[in-house]
Amino acid sequence: MSKQDHIKHSADSLEKETITLNIGPTHPATHGVFQNIVEIDGERIVSGDSTIGYIHRAFEKIAEHRPFYQVTPLTDRLNYCSSPINNMGWHMTVEKLLGVQVPKRAQYLRVIIMELARIADHIVCNSVIGVDTGALTGFTYVFQWREKIYEIWEEVCGARLTTNIGRVGGMERDFNEIAFKKLEEFLRDFPKGWKEFENLLVRNRIFMDRTQTVPTTPEFALQYGFTGPNLRATGVDYDVRVMSPYSSYEDFEFNIPVGTKGDTYDRFMVRNQEIWESLKIIRQALDKLPAGPYHADAPQFYLPPKAEVYNNMEALIYHFKIVMGEIDAPKGEVYHSVEGGNGELGFYLISDGGRAAYRLHFRRPCFIYYQAFTEMVKGCLLSDAIVAMSSMNIIAGELDA
Amino acid sequence: MNETIDYKKVTERIAEKFGAKVHSPEEPYGMLTLRTDKDSIIPLLQFLRDDEAMQFIFLTDVCAVHFPDKAEKFEVVYHIHSLMHNLRVRIKVALSGEPKIPTAVNVFKGANWMERETYDFYGVIFEGHPNLKRILNVDEMTIFPMRKEYPLEDNTRIDKDDKMFGRINVNREN
Amino acid sequence: MALDTNTVQAKIVAPPLGVGGPGYYATSFDKAIGLAKQYSIWPLPFATSCCGIEFMATMGPHYDLSRFGAERLSFSPRQADLLMVMGTIAKKMGPVLKQVYEQMAEPRWVIAVGACASSGGIFDTYSVLQGIDQIIPVDVYVPGCPPRPEQIIDGFMRIQDLVHNESQRRRNSPEYKALLESYGIR
Repeated sequence: MSKQDHIKHSADSLEKETITLNIGPTHPATHGVFQNIVEIDGERIVSGDSTIGYIHRAFEKIAEHRPFYQVTPLTDRLNYCSSPINNMGWHMTVEKLLGVQVPKRAQYLRVIIMELARIADHIVCNSVIGVDTGALTGFTYVFQWREKIYEIWEEVCGARLTTNIGRVGGMERDFNEIAFKKLEEFLRDFPKGWKEFENLLVRNRIFMDRTQTVPTTPEFALQYGFTGPNLRATGVDYDVRVMSPYSSYEDFEFNIPVGTKGDTYDRFMVRNQEIWESLKIIRQALDKLPAGPYHADAPQFYLPPKAEVYNNMEALIYHFKIVMGEIDAPKGEVYHSVEGGNGELGFYLISDGGRAAYRLHFRRPCFIYYQAFTEMVKGCLLSDAIVAMSSMNIIAGELDA
Repeated sequence: MNETIDYKKVTERIAEKFGAKVHSPEEPYGMLTLRTDKDSIIPLLQFLRDDEAMQFIFLTDVCAVHFPDKAEKFEVVYHIHSLMHNLRVRIKVALSGEPKIPTAVNVFKGANWMERETYDFYGVIFEGHPNLKRILNVDEMTIFPMRKEYPLEDNTRIDKDDKMFGRINVNREN
Repeated sequence: MALDTNTVQAKIVAPPLGVGGPGYYATSFDKAIGLAKQYSIWPLPFATSCCGIEFMATMGPHYDLSRFGAERLSFSPRQADLLMVMGTIAKKMGPVLKQVYEQMAEPRWVIAVGACASSGGIFDTYSVLQGIDQIIPVDVYVPGCPPRPEQIIDGFMRIQDLVHNESQRRRNSPEYKALLESYGIR
């Protein structure tokens, strides 16, 4: 304990002195590697300071040294809870730069994949809020549904977590029969399972008392650049899918859930509701799925399937040209953003006409809104701050780039 | 206040207020891009934010770009967004000599970490920033790693060589 | 209801080497203790990134690492037997990892899960430690980016083999001390 004169104590402070408490970078409650040093007076947080960068991997520097199609695996590792959204966002950025039109079917397939990713992301976040308030059961129960989503991805691209799904110009392959079957099974069974999870927590008095804390105002959220569920929980209906639709989102009917108080409970509920909306979108996309090709007719940029490379002269030539970097991208700069699991995930790409980006900057939603955390939790109980942290869904990979 | 605002009106309103200080408007890939100098950037951001009709209240992003071959070696790029009219504007500030630019923290609080990141990567000094220190890299680091002259790779590694793993710059062999 | 023996498969753990007869079984202490230790490893998940998410799946109901006696995760290094390093370790994180390792009590084992922890993976960059074996000794490497849960479980079973077969005196041997010395760990 230390006597610190520069810290103002609240009127009901008993101790009149504060304790410095270090949370992280390997604390189990942080769900990622970042450090918070907080001054607590009793159980109330007086001030705090965050240190990040414990998993800085230099994505932006690597992206300057790799051709466009090799950047896709990097985007996987940004927000690894919903990597397909990042992949698709990157593909769409490059397509925008190249001026490639993606056929409708590929766009719908992408929407299905992205909404599944959103569900997977929100499952993790919401069940972890449960864990941090002491309800481990929900977590172990709903994780089976995330496994089901991973099984669908495995059918589509062969990977579970870091999917590297799709290609510049469309998808690398169409969904197979099993994928559609698994999708239908998921749409049939998941709502029941998620309903049970909701029954456990949504109107649970203990859970509500624990989570109706750490409120935020819309002004605060906008000043700090909040996006995604955290912004919507404060009542601002900003969603990139609606504001600047990409990949045919304008074809689907869905609502943007918003909160009123911007507290932990609202953030939880917005994510909950988004899961239901995502299910609606997937249903519509499956019902309206048009026939046709699953990739654009842009042989200069779309990596041809391996079978064709071995059997078809032209495919071999284009494969060689793309891989050996004989096709240059146009010069220009483009900003494209998608609604990631955590908010507006933006790609600012400057091309100087070479194979690789001259500069690629990721607008990572986590990084931008996490700076408000210490400001948000001032005056709150330490235990509420921990729950608020998990409700903000800070993903270390995205935070530190 | 239901007047619709488009890029043309934004450019006009800015020209009215700032004249030649904000110049060369372009629209690459459908986003209005303006250039200004480091003395006008903060008043410009402030004006765009506070203007009743436009309301660019959301700072999307701040980043820098390094052009080692140009006279103005650094460029700081701001992306701002008017949620009311769903318009995005990109503002660029080219910096010559030692890269110094006033901070935007007093206009948008969210600029705090974005500017720290920019400083960490490029060494662009944001004057008046409340806490300008490295954010992602270790404090002991002496270089600004995103500048083009510094290599990507970890130079302590000896088991990889150029021949086997192609540790060369694929983009610009120079 | 009688169990259908064709479908129910239980893994019967083979007894350690020894001599047995009616009413007695003699084996060495080493082996008996090794057997006990093998099925009561407390892992410390040092999860930094993507592999940590796969570890969550491994601990989840679908794959269930608890079956191997690792039910109890120890978030305190002082009670942990096994350090599972999952994910990229940046240079900023390196000293933290080393400190966590130093806080663990002997005997301790380390798994490097995933390409990043093993060798830096795709991140051959200025900020990433090129494999955790530069700062702490590693017993088992699990490849993959990220490895599937089955692979993580397989790596864990390799650790179990090590725990089972390791001599009880290994940690006092001069070779082991020299190994720690080479990493600068007391």
